[in-house]
Amino acid sequence: MSARDEILARMRRALEGASAAPPVPREYRRSLDAEVDVVAMLIDRLVDYKANVHRGLDAIPEALGGAVRVAVPADLPAEWRRGSAEFVEDRGLTVEELDGVDAVLTGCAAAVAVSGTIMLDAGAAQGRRALTLVPDHHVVVVRRDQIRGHLAEALPRLDPTAPQTWISGPSATSDIELQRVEGVHGPRRLDVVLVD
Amino acid sequence: MSDIVPAASLIPADAPFPKAAKVALGMPQLRANLAHATGTIRAKRAKVAGELDDWERLRDTASAVKADVQRRLPELAVEFEQNATAAGATVHWARDAKEANEIAARIVREAGAEEVVKVKSMATQEIELNEHFEAEGLKAFETDLAELIVQLAEDKPSHILVPAIHYNRTQIRDIFEQRMGDAPVGLTDDPAALAEAARLHLRRRLLSSTVAVSGANFAVAETGSLVVVESEGNGRMCLTMPRTLVSIVGVEKLLPSFSDLEVFMQLLPRSSTGERMNPYTSVWTGVREGDGPQDVHVILLDNGRTGVLADEVGRQALSCIRCSACLNVCPVYERTGGHAYGHVYPGPIGAILAPQLEPGKHDDLPYASSLCGACYEVCPVKINIPEVLVHLRQQGPHQAAEKAAMGAAEAVMARPRLWRTALKAARLGSMPWRRKGFVRRMPWPVSKWTVSRDLPVPPKESFRDWWKERDR
Repeated sequence: MSARDEILARMRRALEGASAAPPVPREYRRSLDAEVDVVAMLIDRLVDYKANVHRGLDAIPEALGGAVRVAVPADLPAEWRRGSAEFVEDRGLTVEELDGVDAVLTGCAAAVAVSGTIMLDAGAAQGRRALTLVPDHHVVVVRRDQIRGHLAEALPRLDPTAPQTWISGPSATSDIELQRVEGVHGPRRLDVVLVD
Repeated sequence: MSDIVPAASLIPADAPFPKAAKVALGMPQLRANLAHATGTIRAKRAKVAGELDDWERLRDTASAVKADVQRRLPELAVEFEQNATAAGATVHWARDAKEANEIAARIVREAGAEEVVKVKSMATQEIELNEHFEAEGLKAFETDLAELIVQLAEDKPSHILVPAIHYNRTQIRDIFEQRMGDAPVGLTDDPAALAEAARLHLRRRLLSSTVAVSGANFAVAETGSLVVVESEGNGRMCLTMPRTLVSIVGVEKLLPSFSDLEVFMQLLPRSSTGERMNPYTSVWTGVREGDGPQDVHVILLDNGRTGVLADEVGRQALSCIRCSACLNVCPVYERTGGHAYGHVYPGPIGAILAPQLEPGKHDDLPYASSLCGACYEVCPVKINIPEVLVHLRQQGPHQAAEKAAMGAAEAVMARPRLWRTALKAARLGSMPWRRKGFVRRMPWPVSKWTVSRDLPVPPKESFRDWWKERDR
């Protein structure tokens, strides 16, 4: 018998005579109260996890913080390419080339206010996963209409089978005495630009 | 700078829990490190769990989803296999550790590699993948900071989430200086400096490795997706940069649908690191052309899980999402640390999982608990750990001396006159210890009890005597 058939047979045997599981209660919250200012909350949570927050497309050069070479997905809107940096489009950049840029500028698919989470799903203006991973500084543009208060409101905005990365602050670790310190293998600097 | 003595080398792994625990209790630095770390994480968890006014409802849902998954495990496993395969992944099945290790090693060889980078994974710890690879002439490099510390120290993990929880920052600095090979000169014990040293040490390897091995926190049946929850970005590196990716996933990790993540991704980060959300979560489904690994494998692992599934009370242990909140609140774990449990899953969850995954071994672990219930209160999927502990105690073997003692107690307690006499005798017999209040050592057979517990001295007056005398 193949391992597959044997494991499935073991499962069925283990469950012989087991009654059906009771229905799953879904009484939990799926949204925040209407009076919550989700933008203010998102900013509060981003800052709490040591991300820098900027407002308006004009703030992009400031968010790029003097980066000279900036990698961007090929479909990044032209109006986001602001300032004096050289914007290098990712049309199959090598790992060395990605490691050599000063920053990466992308958009996102959604943001969750309650946890300060920015979600990428390889959709428009986001590029492939390596693009937002290898450079040490990630600048991400979040549009007002992409912000949701609650995780349950943001998930339906994602393409479930696309490669996703959910980002909550810059790379960090709690492995030394359970204290969170920023900066290990992912981008050590995260700048968020909120636009209308 | 002190020499590195791995804690696991001092605590006998194969010894019964009471014996191993006694050794651990005699290590003051270990106890201080554990008390500090578990205290920190308990406070963080309590704060962020308290932020959600629907926390208890989330727990109820998570518990019910997991119970439903267990009941529908065969169909969900097949559904996952179909969807992952359709998305370009190759799905393998492994009956036990040996089979999983062999499949993984074969994939690495076929990819033409001799080294792999690894994302922290309890499943690969459980099957001892690193050791198996070593024996096969392959080398697995841990990339999680805590796993790296443990690997450099040639130690064993002592915690599910923070395997190096038993080391403080100064000890970690010493390990890096002596074992890393390329530690920066003048490395301090500042956690940020230590994290930077790990980044530099691993960066080239993370960017150039061709094969990675991971586990998964969740496997979504509906989409065939895997989910890895992490902090440092080493996970993203391993899941993105190599050409070949092998993920070893216990069959109990299945979730029915993608939207179930709205429950579990609230509970897991808040319960484990005490964060509203962990820095990075990766979700992938098979192969995406031009983005990440192009050769994607999933090994679905049984290794004792279907045996656990067969036990109606014990099967709830399969709901565990490996958050480790139960370790952090456990008064036993906080004092002994993880090594004393002698299994990769320590603490309260280990005490119910280890003896079920390996029947006949670890029968002492269900007793490594005071049944205080703190673990049940914090468990995000509401595993009733005390209930399973008692259930396993009932099922496990009992020593002849214990059975005889219980039999004798039953006979005496059934006869009021005899019971009164026995109480009186106990009061008289314990006179020499009255001032101290407890007896530390007793001769056999009572030594079976006193080897790991103090024997309390009976009170001066019994309740019966007090009741009789109260009106006089």
